[in-house]
Amino acid sequence: MSVRSFVGGIHPSYYKEFTAGMSITPARPPSQVIIPLHQNIGAPCEAVVQVGDEVKVGQKIGEPKGFVSAPIFASVSGKVTKIEPYNHPLGNPVTAIFIENDGLDTPFEGMQPGKPLEELTSDEIKQIAKDAGLVGLGGATFPTHVKLAPPPDIAIDTVIINAAECEPFLTADHALMLERADDIVYGLKAFMKALGATKGIIGIEDNKPDAIANMQKAVEKSRGEYDIEIHTLHTKYPQGAEKMLIKATTGREVPPGALPMAVNVVNQNTGTAVAMAEAIKLGKPLYERVITVTGPGIRKPGNLLVKNGTLVKDIIKQCGGMKDNARKLILGGPMMGLAQPTDDVPVIKGTSGVLILTEEFVQEYPISACIKCGKCVEVCPMNLLPNFIASASEKQRMDLAEKYGAMDCFECGSCTYTCPAKRPLVQWIRIAKGEIAASRRK
Amino acid sequence: MAKKLVVSSSPHIKSPENIRSIMVDVLVALFPVALMAVFLFGYRALVTMIIAMVAAMVTEAIILRKGDFFGDGSAAVTGLLLAMTLPPAPPWWVVVIGSVVAIAIGKQIYGGIGNNIFNPALVGRAVLVVSWGGHVAGNVWLKPVPFGLAADAVTKASPLASYDASLVDLFIGTVSGSLGETSAIALIIGAIWLFYRGHIDWRIPGGFIGAVFILGLISGGFLMGLYHVLAGGVLLGALFMATDMVTSPVTKTGKIIFGVGCGVVTMLIRLYGSLPEGVTFGILLMNGLTPLIDNFTLPKKFGEVKKSA
Repeated sequence: MSVRSFVGGIHPSYYKEFTAGMSITPARPPSQVIIPLHQNIGAPCEAVVQVGDEVKVGQKIGEPKGFVSAPIFASVSGKVTKIEPYNHPLGNPVTAIFIENDGLDTPFEGMQPGKPLEELTSDEIKQIAKDAGLVGLGGATFPTHVKLAPPPDIAIDTVIINAAECEPFLTADHALMLERADDIVYGLKAFMKALGATKGIIGIEDNKPDAIANMQKAVEKSRGEYDIEIHTLHTKYPQGAEKMLIKATTGREVPPGALPMAVNVVNQNTGTAVAMAEAIKLGKPLYERVITVTGPGIRKPGNLLVKNGTLVKDIIKQCGGMKDNARKLILGGPMMGLAQPTDDVPVIKGTSGVLILTEEFVQEYPISACIKCGKCVEVCPMNLLPNFIASASEKQRMDLAEKYGAMDCFECGSCTYTCPAKRPLVQWIRIAKGEIAASRRK
Repeated sequence: MAKKLVVSSSPHIKSPENIRSIMVDVLVALFPVALMAVFLFGYRALVTMIIAMVAAMVTEAIILRKGDFFGDGSAAVTGLLLAMTLPPAPPWWVVVIGSVVAIAIGKQIYGGIGNNIFNPALVGRAVLVVSWGGHVAGNVWLKPVPFGLAADAVTKASPLASYDASLVDLFIGTVSGSLGETSAIALIIGAIWLFYRGHIDWRIPGGFIGAVFILGLISGGFLMGLYHVLAGGVLLGALFMATDMVTSPVTKTGKIIFGVGCGVVTMLIRLYGSLPEGVTFGILLMNGLTPLIDNFTLPKKFGEVKKSA
C-alpha cells in the first residue's frame, strides 16, 4: 500500500522507545482530585455541586455555559471539599472542584449501557457525545458534539481518525490501537453514522506497523457494513495536524482560515473514538484518559489510564519520580506541549502526555541574525515564510507579518525546530498572531 | 522538588544543526576543491588559501572584538571562497586586502552575518579586479602542472580568453584559471556533499548552469554550451557562490529566477562585455535584486486557491 504524506515537515528524533509497546496500566487512585471547570475550547462550566456534597464516579459536576462547551464529571467518588481557583495547565488559575477520594469508586447510577449503535439515530449519537462531555483528546479539546453538528448546507462524506501521533515521545494513541482497536472502529462508525458519512479513514504513521496490522484486523470485521480504510502515513511531523492529515488521506486542501468541514471532512482523535465507544456501550462519560508519562527525566515511563483532575505530582510519584537532572515538565508533546512551572497542576481532558526533559534539552542558545537559509520555508507545512513573519513581528511590523501569512500559522513549531540560527520563529509568530487578532477585534 | 523547572515556549526540542555546523559542512565541501588546487598549482595555492582564511578571520575577530577566532565559521568560509576566485599565487598583500574588504565592507558594515546584501567573497574579489586587475586577472594564470613541481613561472591565458581547452581538461581541471574554479569534478563532488546535507537545493545551480548552457548553445552550438559551463567560474559560482544563503532568495520560485538571472548576466558579460569572465558581477547584480525577487515570489499558502483573473 502506498504511503501518504504532505509537503514540508521535519524529521526529529522520535524518542518513542521510552514507552512504545507498553500496555495501558490504570494509575493509582489519587487521594484527591482537583477538577478545573474549564477543560475545552469554548465556554467554561458552572459547578452543579456544592462544598460538602457526596459525589460518585461519572456524576456530572460541571454544567456547560454555552453550546461550544462540554460538561465535566467526577472521576472519583467522595466528598467535595473546596470549590476555588487552582493551577491550570494552560496558565491562569481556573475555578476547580476539589474531591476527596473515598476510595470506593462508587459508580453513578446514571451510567447505564444504552441502545447499541445499530439502533441509534444520528441525533441520538450526537446527544450521547454531548452528554458524555466528549472533546477532542488530541489536545485541542474542541467539543465533539459541535464537530458532529455541521451546518445543514454542508454534507460530510468522510470521517478521519487521527492516529498519526506525530508528536515525538507520545505513545498513548499507539497503545490504544494495540489494545482498543475494536472500540476505535466502533467510535469511528458512530461518528460516521452521526454525520451520515459514507467513508471512514484511519491514518497511522508507518513507524507503528504493529498498530497498522492490528487496526487492519479490527476493520476487517465490519467489512461490507462500513467503508473504512487504513491509510499508512509517512512518519513526519506534523503529519497529525488536521489539515496535513486531510491532505495526506483525501488529497483535499482545507482553505486558509476554514475548518475541515469546508472540504466535507471531520477529523476525530483516536482517544475520542474510544471515548465515544465507551459512552455508547457503557454510558460512561469522559472522566479518565490514557496519558503517556515519558521522557529522559522520569524514572519509570509508561502509558497510564489517569483520572481527570489527578495532580501531575501524584502521577510522577508513582512513575518513580523525576531524575535529578530533570529540568522541564511539559504537558503534551515536545513540539506543541506546554511547559509547566510546577508539578502541582491537575491533568485535564486534553492532557495527552506528561513529558519530563533533562538538562541537555533545555540549553539556551544565543539567537543569531537570520541567515536566510530558507530551511524554515522548506519545512513549513502551510507553505508560509516563517523567517519573514518572525522578523516582521520582531520589528513590530504586524502589517508585514500578516502579509506573509501569520494568521495561517497553526504553531506546529517546525520552523523553530529547524532554524540553524536558533531563532524563536514560532514564538515571534505567536506574538504577531495575538496582536493582529487584537487589532481586528477593535 | 528542589530544583526549579524551566518554562519556555514550545517547541521544546531543536535540531542539532546550527550556523557553525553549516559552515563546517561548506568547508568540508570545499576540501576536494582545495586539494585539487594544491595538486594542480602546487604549495602556493595552499599558501594563498591560508592567507585569505586567516586574514578574513582576524578581520572579523577585530571588528567583533571577540576572542573566538573561528566563531561561527563564516569568516573562514568567506576567506576560502575568496581564495578560490584568485590566481594560484598573487602577491600576499593582494590576498589580504581582498579578505579585509570582503569581511569589513562586504559583511560587517551591514551588521554582520545575515545582514549583508552582497556575497562578501565576491565583493572582495570585485574590489581586487577593479583596483589590482593586473594581479588577479589578465595574463597571470599559471599553467597547471600536476604535483606542481616543475615549470613554476609558465603562465597561460584563461580558457575563456583563448577558447582552446579540451572539455576533458576542463572537467578534470588541467587548465589555467583561478585556483578553485578549474576542476569541474572536484566542485561537483563538493556540491554533492552540500546537497546531501540539505544546505543547497537544485534550483539556484540548476537555473544558473541551465541558463549558461542554453545561451552558450545558442551562441555556438552544443559543445560551446558545454564549454561555457565548464570553463571559468560558472561551476564555482553556481554551486558555491550563488547558493550563499544570506544573499540569495528563500522562496522556491525566487531561487530559480535568481539562478537564471545569474546565468544570463554572466553570459551577457562573457559574450558582449569587456571582461572575459562575468560570474562575479552576474552574481553580485542578482544579490542586489534578491529582496525584490523574494517579494515578487511569495508562495501560495496551503489550501489557497489562485485568484481568478
